[in-house]
Amino acid sequence: MNSPRTSVQPSDLSAVLSERLFTQGSLPRYAPGVTLAAAIVVGGVLHLSGVASGLAAVAVVVLYAVAIYGWSLAVEGARKAKNRVVTTVVTAAFLLALLPLISVVITVVGNGVGRLDVEFFTYSMHGVVGEGGGVYHAIMGTLLITALATVISVPVGMLCAIYLVEYAKGKLGRAITFFVDVMTGIPSIVAGLFAYALFALIFGPGVRMGVMGAVALSVLMIPIVVRSTEEMLRLVPAELREAAYALAVPKWRTIVKVVLPTAGAGIATGVTLAIARVVGETAPLLVTVGITTGVNMNPFDDRMATLPVFAYRQFMSPGLPPEPAIDRAWTAALLLVAVVMLLNLVARLISRLFAPKARA
Amino acid sequence: MRTGDQIFAGLSTGSGVLILAILAGVAAFLVVEAWPAVVAPADEVPGGAGVTVYIWPLLFGTLLSAALALLIAAPLAVAIALFITHYAPRRLAHGLGYVVDLLAAVPSIVYGLWGIAVLAPATVDAGAWLYENLGWIPLFAGPPSSTGRTMLVAALVLAVMVLPIITAVVREAFLQTPRLYEEAALALGATHWEMIKMTVLPFGRSAIIGASMLGLGRALGETMAVAMVLSVSGGVSINLISRSNPSTIAATIALDFPESTGIAVNTLIAAGLVLFAVTFVVNMLARVVINRRRDFSGADR
Repeated sequence: MNSPRTSVQPSDLSAVLSERLFTQGSLPRYAPGVTLAAAIVVGGVLHLSGVASGLAAVAVVVLYAVAIYGWSLAVEGARKAKNRVVTTVVTAAFLLALLPLISVVITVVGNGVGRLDVEFFTYSMHGVVGEGGGVYHAIMGTLLITALATVISVPVGMLCAIYLVEYAKGKLGRAITFFVDVMTGIPSIVAGLFAYALFALIFGPGVRMGVMGAVALSVLMIPIVVRSTEEMLRLVPAELREAAYALAVPKWRTIVKVVLPTAGAGIATGVTLAIARVVGETAPLLVTVGITTGVNMNPFDDRMATLPVFAYRQFMSPGLPPEPAIDRAWTAALLLVAVVMLLNLVARLISRLFAPKARA
Repeated sequence: MRTGDQIFAGLSTGSGVLILAILAGVAAFLVVEAWPAVVAPADEVPGGAGVTVYIWPLLFGTLLSAALALLIAAPLAVAIALFITHYAPRRLAHGLGYVVDLLAAVPSIVYGLWGIAVLAPATVDAGAWLYENLGWIPLFAGPPSSTGRTMLVAALVLAVMVLPIITAVVREAFLQTPRLYEEAALALGATHWEMIKMTVLPFGRSAIIGASMLGLGRALGETMAVAMVLSVSGGVSINLISRSNPSTIAATIALDFPESTGIAVNTLIAAGLVLFAVTFVVNMLARVVINRRRDFSGADR
């Protein structure tokens, strides 16, 4: 590095200038680390001297950005200094996004773990005032309604995806693709109102049934199933289909025996994620299924309890004394988060374990 | 053999058409159930002044909270997508994307609980500070809420909820930036940030717009978190830190529907119809923008 410097004549100004341009200094590799450490020390001192932890964290980031900008500006020039500041901002944004996730998990586990006992899983709220009680009825309700929604959504969603990939040509196919995308954005409360309006026209106003909730959840679930299944079907190589056709296998048997099994793992992943997506839905169930204190195993008759609505009701109208109900709400929320995370994990596992070996 | 093919083709085409029918059905059934409220005499509708007067403040609250949430979430989402695609170590990138996706997996009821128990109390001091120092801005006119259940906190919770949705779409677009463009920029001596500014951001621009609109659609329709966090008084106000806030359409439906009967139910369904129309238009525009990018990038390579 230093050898060219000695060979340049001091009088040759342009050479010096260009040399200065091309071998401009750069910060040592340890520069970000040292700066960050210094900023953290300052932040720690601030925190110890009574500044709130959030403000101290902001101070660390700002201090780091200013320090690294100044240092880099002096040694590396304005462009690289700007680059370092942007790196800082982008990284800080990511860390900021992690905060709510961590905070949610800590809060829910911290508040919910207290009532995680046997009674909670084996008792309903029938006749319970104050302490005790459980969510057995709500677990059963959630299981029944989610299962019903899955039974409605998966065949419709899969067949629609098969239509889009294997049969669709022209306008209808494009229209369906487009409106499936739009349908993923339907607010969940609107799906609930739709189910209510549909059943109210048939059974009269004020009707409450488990199956209404299942219909509402299906409206939310079908587009997700269509989207993920479609994506997976498109990954199936055309050669597989052509090989089957060459053996004179009819198209529908090719789809059922060749295409679907090949895409099976991906479809299972998609369905699991779709279930995870709707199992925590509160709003559509609130307006269609309502809540009850006892066990109701018949989704075609009257109100049912579900975990999300249970948590909502216990928290918002806890009664007196409020503490036991609020504890139950947190534990129900913890249960929901655990179920959703577990479903997400299962989905990843399915796609990893059963993925076809040759990826497109 | 032939009949089997026909039945299967019919079934799958039928399912496709069924989806269009469901979407049309959502609109149709909502209109049918909302109609009695529209034609009812004004004094029978809750609030006593007709459907329009009932829905307008709710629509205002819906738009205000969603717009605020988007204002917070969109820049953050772009930065996070950049971090995952262009800053994080390659081996970590996938896992980090998954972590952000987990934010979307948390049920909205849990965000509601978290908003009341953690976020709202944590913002009480900040609200008081804003009132004392920036009180001359109408947004912070106060008086500051002592519980923290303000429009600002509702918007923050919404922002957290739409963040992963925007990030996912933007991330996908950033990943598709042609490698050659990026390398060409670097070869011309651009710094990492200049390379991103010259290649990644222009390439992902319509995805950013489309994704933001998707996020907006989600924020408009988000129900439980707002219903739980926001302390509501009705009326129209842009004051973000007080305890009297306009409610949102979705939250009002969730709060009032279970106890409503008669014309009140129809009024709430009419409000739901308005929400459906607004989100439908926003989502359609978003999809048009995103699809246009897809066509463009396909022709480009």
